[in-house]
Parts: sequence; C-alpha cells; structure tokens
Amino acid sequence: MTMLAAILALAAGTYLIRLSGAVLRDRITLSPRAEAVIRAGAVVVLLALAATSTLLVDGAWGGWALPAGVLVGGVLAWRKAPLAIVVIAAAATTAVLRLIGVA
Amino acid sequence: MRHLIPDRLGSLAARFVDRGVLRDSAALIAGLFIVGVSFGAVATAEGVPWWQAAAMSLFVFAGASQFATLGILAGGGGLLAGVAAGLILNLRHVPYGLAVGDVYWTSLRAKLIGTHLLVDHTAAFALAAGSDRTRARKAFWTVGIVLFLMWNAATVIGAFAGQLITDPKAFGLDATLPVILLALVLPSMRDARTLLAALLGTAVALATSLYLPAGIPVLLALIGLVVMWRGTGRNRTERAEATA
Repeated sequence: MTMLAAILALAAGTYLIRLSGAVLRDRITLSPRAEAVIRAGAVVVLLALAATSTLLVDGAWGGWALPAGVLVGGVLAWRKAPLAIVVIAAAATTAVLRLIGVA
Repeated sequence: MRHLIPDRLGSLAARFVDRGVLRDSAALIAGLFIVGVSFGAVATAEGVPWWQAAAMSLFVFAGASQFATLGILAGGGGLLAGVAAGLILNLRHVPYGLAVGDVYWTSLRAKLIGTHLLVDHTAAFALAAGSDRTRARKAFWTVGIVLFLMWNAATVIGAFAGQLITDPKAFGLDATLPVILLALVLPSMRDARTLLAALLGTAVALATSLYLPAGIPVLLALIGLVVMWRGTGRNRTERAEATA
C-alpha cells in the first residue's frame, strides 16, 4: 500500500517537475542571450551528472575503471568519432581494466 | 487495408524517426536495458510485486529516482523520505524543460506525451542537434519513444529473470550512460563560455556531492552559469584559471 502511494506521489511530482520547465519557457519571451544561457544551463547539469555518476558511487570515489573508460570515450567523441564507437570503446576499456583487476 | 498500414507507419516514421539518431541510440539502449533489468531485479529482491515495479517504470520513467524511492521504502525509511529523495533527484528536469521544452511544445498531445519523455538522454540528444529544430524534434521523439519502450520492457524482464543478469558492471556497461551524455554535450562546449560554466559547475557538483543528498549537487552546478554573466573577458579567464 505504501509502495503504491509512493509510486503515485513520485509519478505525479515528477510529471509536474518535467512540466514546469517547458511551461515557464512558453510564458516568457527569451532574448537570444537568455536562450544561450538556459541551453548552457542544461549542458552544465548534464556534464555534472555525467561526471558525478562516473567518479562517485554513493557519494564516495568509485574507482579508476569507470572514469578511465568514460575518458577514453570522451577523447574519441572530442575527435568526432561516431557515438557507437565512443560507447564501445568506453565500455571495453572499463571492462578490460576490471578484468585485469583495476576496480 | 493491409497496404495502408505500412504506408502510415512509413510516413509516421519519416516525421518522427531519424535513422542516424536511431543508430546512435542503439548503444544507449544496451546501457539502459541493463539498468532497467537491474531495477526490476532489485524490486523483486525487495519483495515488490512485478506489476508495481512495472507501474513505477511506466508512470515515473526516471531511473535514478525509482531506485532511490524503492530503496528507501524497502529499507523502512518511510513514504515521505522515499518520495522526497526521488523528487529531489528529478529536479534536474526543470533546467532540461527550460532548455528543450519548445521541441515538443506543439500540439496538446505532443505536450502531454513529450513532457513524460523528458529525461537526461532525450534532453541531451535534443541539445546536441543545436539550432536545427527539425533534427532536435526527431532526435527527441526517436530517443524518447525507444527509451520508454526499452525501459518498461527491461523492468518486466528484470522482475522475472533478473537473477540471470543483475550486474550493470558486466562488460563495462555502466560506462554507457555517462559517456553518451558526455559525447552529446561536447559540441555545445566548443563555445568557450559554456565550457567554462560546465567545468566550474561540475567542480561545484563534485565537491558538494560529498556532503549533500543525491540530486542537489547537479543543481548546484548551475552556479557555473555565473561565467555567462556579461563581464570582461579578463575576469572570465581569471575565474577559469582559479577553478582549473
């Protein structure tokens, strides 16, 4: 019962959160500059999310294998490699490092 | 009648689906599939009926918050704490909606469905399309629909057969989701100020992650946007050096 209430509350709350950004955007007229800032805002959040989920596990250092893999993928992406190559290289690097005993 | 259906599907596909994006999202599917399967498996392991795990994936559709809420409830943390933790994790969707909300802000139906499909990777794909609106639209819908179907299928599979494949670390698949985000935001960071804002923000998020509950640090990263403030180039450079 508690689980069902939690699912309902989380679903409703999450939907409202998702709705709020777009509704706000629809109500204001954005200058090209403001537009650039809010786009940068999303980029900032996404990079921070990628970095924290790569480096930290439950708020503490998560080991080298994952960051090394993501870094290899990042370098390839910077050099404009196709996304599939980027992802395969990242996953392979992480997997091989773990295989040879790097956490 | 029979020939009409492929035609309609074909025109629908042409309107919404982008082949390049579909190919790009193949890797994303593999990564998210494993996460979805582990969500279903964790739920079953915690004694949650499969249909409740499925309902959560269907109606919430936000992985990290689902794990958090489920984990807190299963650990006896209570309804309020569980829901609050999940909602805090999801607050990052506000800046996403602000940035790419116009992509699906067309018909009422598109608004209602598009809102539900706003997740990290749909926002990232839409942003990566830059100022090309048609491409952004196709990317958002293609990735959103594919991820939604995948996430829900994976949850159900995990709930029943999760014991078979439960480790997201297998084959380095846990590198998939962050590296895709990284690859998708890189083009935006060719703009120097966006790059500075992102680096400063990420430093803030990493530092505060040690002390604050999950979800807050990535929002605090928005502090990085101070470098976008109209100021002299000299100040910006100095600030960048201070954070490097």
